[in-house]
Amino acid sequence: MSVEAPERLEIQEHFPTDAEYDKLLGKKNRKGLIAKMFFMAALATAVLALAALLYTIVNESFGLVAQVNQNEPEDIVASFGYDPSTTALADLSYDELVESLGGGISTNVGRRLEREQRFYADKLVFESDELWAEICSSDEPPAGCDSSPRDHAGVLQLVNERIVQPDIIAAANLVPSLLDPQAFEEDVEVTFANTPERFPDYTFDQVQFQWRAWLNPTFLVTPQSTAPETTGIRTAILGTLWLVIITITFAVPVGVGAAIYLEEFARPSRFNDFVQTNINNLAGVPSIIYGMLGLAIFVRALEALTSGAIFGIEQANGRTVLSAGLTMGLLTLPVVIISSQEALRAVPNSLRQAGLGVGATKWQTVRSQVLPVAIPGILTGVILALARAIGETAPLILVGAASFITADPTGPFSKFTALPIQIFQWTALPQFEWQHLAAAASLTLLILLLILNAGAVILRNRYSRRPQ
Amino acid sequence: MTNETTKDLVDVSSHEGPVETPSAQPPALPDDKTAVATEPAVERDGVIQTQNMDIYYGSFKAVHDVNLNFQFNEISALIGPSGCGKSTVLRSLNRMNDLIPTARTEGVVTYHGENIYAPGVDPVAVRRRIGMVFQKPNPFPKSIYQNIIWGAKINGFKGSKAEADDLVENALQQAAIWDEVKDKLQESGLSLSGGQQQRLCIARAIATQPDVVLMDEPCSALDPIATLRIEELMLELKQNYSIIIVTHNMQQAARVSDKTAFFNIELSNEGQRTGELVEFTPTDQLFTAPKEKATEDYITGRFG
Repeated sequence: MSVEAPERLEIQEHFPTDAEYDKLLGKKNRKGLIAKMFFMAALATAVLALAALLYTIVNESFGLVAQVNQNEPEDIVASFGYDPSTTALADLSYDELVESLGGGISTNVGRRLEREQRFYADKLVFESDELWAEICSSDEPPAGCDSSPRDHAGVLQLVNERIVQPDIIAAANLVPSLLDPQAFEEDVEVTFANTPERFPDYTFDQVQFQWRAWLNPTFLVTPQSTAPETTGIRTAILGTLWLVIITITFAVPVGVGAAIYLEEFARPSRFNDFVQTNINNLAGVPSIIYGMLGLAIFVRALEALTSGAIFGIEQANGRTVLSAGLTMGLLTLPVVIISSQEALRAVPNSLRQAGLGVGATKWQTVRSQVLPVAIPGILTGVILALARAIGETAPLILVGAASFITADPTGPFSKFTALPIQIFQWTALPQFEWQHLAAAASLTLLILLLILNAGAVILRNRYSRRPQ
Repeated sequence: MTNETTKDLVDVSSHEGPVETPSAQPPALPDDKTAVATEPAVERDGVIQTQNMDIYYGSFKAVHDVNLNFQFNEISALIGPSGCGKSTVLRSLNRMNDLIPTARTEGVVTYHGENIYAPGVDPVAVRRRIGMVFQKPNPFPKSIYQNIIWGAKINGFKGSKAEADDLVENALQQAAIWDEVKDKLQESGLSLSGGQQQRLCIARAIATQPDVVLMDEPCSALDPIATLRIEELMLELKQNYSIIIVTHNMQQAARVSDKTAFFNIELSNEGQRTGELVEFTPTDQLFTAPKEKATEDYITGRFG
């Protein structure tokens, strides 16, 4: 700074000289740099934590397994005269699959399977016609009497479960499998050599090493089972979807309504301040408390409603997906209210004045002018609520999500399980397979969350871009 | 009747005409302070009259004892220093002050002889008849067409699509913006320039068929050219509407208004600053021969 003021005022004596200022400037910039480094470090920590999480889950969801089949699929294929190198088990016809099934299981098991669901519409495989007519005319005929016959995929699964009977005896994670597949095979071999008593039924020659994606299409569409090799998470995915639908249906209208009242209609008063403070506090209440609330209100007090009894649905108790959805609705309500309030508060007041200025009522102004502008912000709150509803576990345990259930939820009054519950159950089991399955289920949960959130984000962007 | 025709004729030639009719009155009045309060009673009843209007924000008295009489088909300007309560007075004329929870208006405000603060009067109905244009252009974030038709629809407009189109065109024509927007009625009102947005807001205000339009510093956010267009527009609209405008720009008041009210701040003993109406006279007279010393100080820039 070469330009100097002609007359320095007294006060300027208190400011630094040019040399001093240069020093000060360097100090100021260094402080800014340190702050910036800290913020970058904070971000890096967050990114690292997320990466570690993803790494763990993905690592466990895929990898090499050591598998022993009771019967080799190749042998089954070959027994029908096909070339095993070109024909897979899935390529066999329905009749051939049924035949191979019939050849490998006892008649009793076959009859039980046929009573669950028959194989052909016009003929019986395991039962005799007379006995079938008799049991179907009894008071409680089995499901096989009137249901449609099994399909190709169903029988294929049966063949896999009953004839091939795969048994996974060891599994490796993704990264070791990629880096050093040989080490895993040697490990298994050493185990066989040192402790043969662990695998009394098998010899090492029977062991097949193959890649397995624990998260695979079959896993997604198969209902839960007690065998880790053949279990799936269809029931849990459907349960979670039902839960989300009920939660959103309850929490969004109620939450947005309450926010509109508080922001647009309520006059400042002690009572409203009190309500506001409580809503803010409720957002921080632990979810287990909401679980107790849901248990007391929805499962017990409103059992007639939540069990569907008043709609004539026979159900033993109120531990239904409706109870869980309403509990989750209560849990997410404060989040929806607060974020909707923020969104409404961000709408400029001039818009309200414009609406009222042309003779609109408050509600007309809110509905036609304020709410459309606030919708993107409200949807942000809905996304947060959604994420919470998908991930919460504790309240579900309290309101009674089933730990083992093979039937899909068919409506709000169904018994259900949900993905987080499933993950929680599986991680508690000692066998190593369940850990991999839990990881696969976690990955599914994350992907499901991503899909639902993407839907909400697309909706939000559409609203915020639209000029109308 | 004759008065009306004279006005129409005068309006065509120059807008100074109408101010001459009331200007015959003041000499008949005594020249002391109490006369200011009684003056409106002598004039013929206007479209909006205030009688002893006090406005409070909580316990704070913002405006004290305002008596005004706004005539049909005139532009009245409210001027005065910042904080004198002129915007407060304007907003109380269509009950927009009701939106401020602590605001309270005492006294009487009549519209066509009816007290708009009487119990049972719905402010929504008042605002439909007394439209408003705000300081900052605030079109709805919707299409230009929707900006105009919405006000009509929520006030029960039942016309067909063609009639609705006519209404929109008519309002935009009156607001002198039709030619600029007729090809993009479906575009967002926010896509227009500031001056266009303000004219759109004027069109929106007159689409609900009011007969008074309140304007709260409508040009303060606009450049001089846009300001000029709005001023021309006001002179046009005067034929069909009564316009009351708050402005900080004394030249603007002098250019467009027929009558001008000057407000000033009075310091009470407790140090409260309360707005007061100093005088409300024909604009020519206020700017050339103000009755009050405070007015003269303000318009000549010796104020404060």
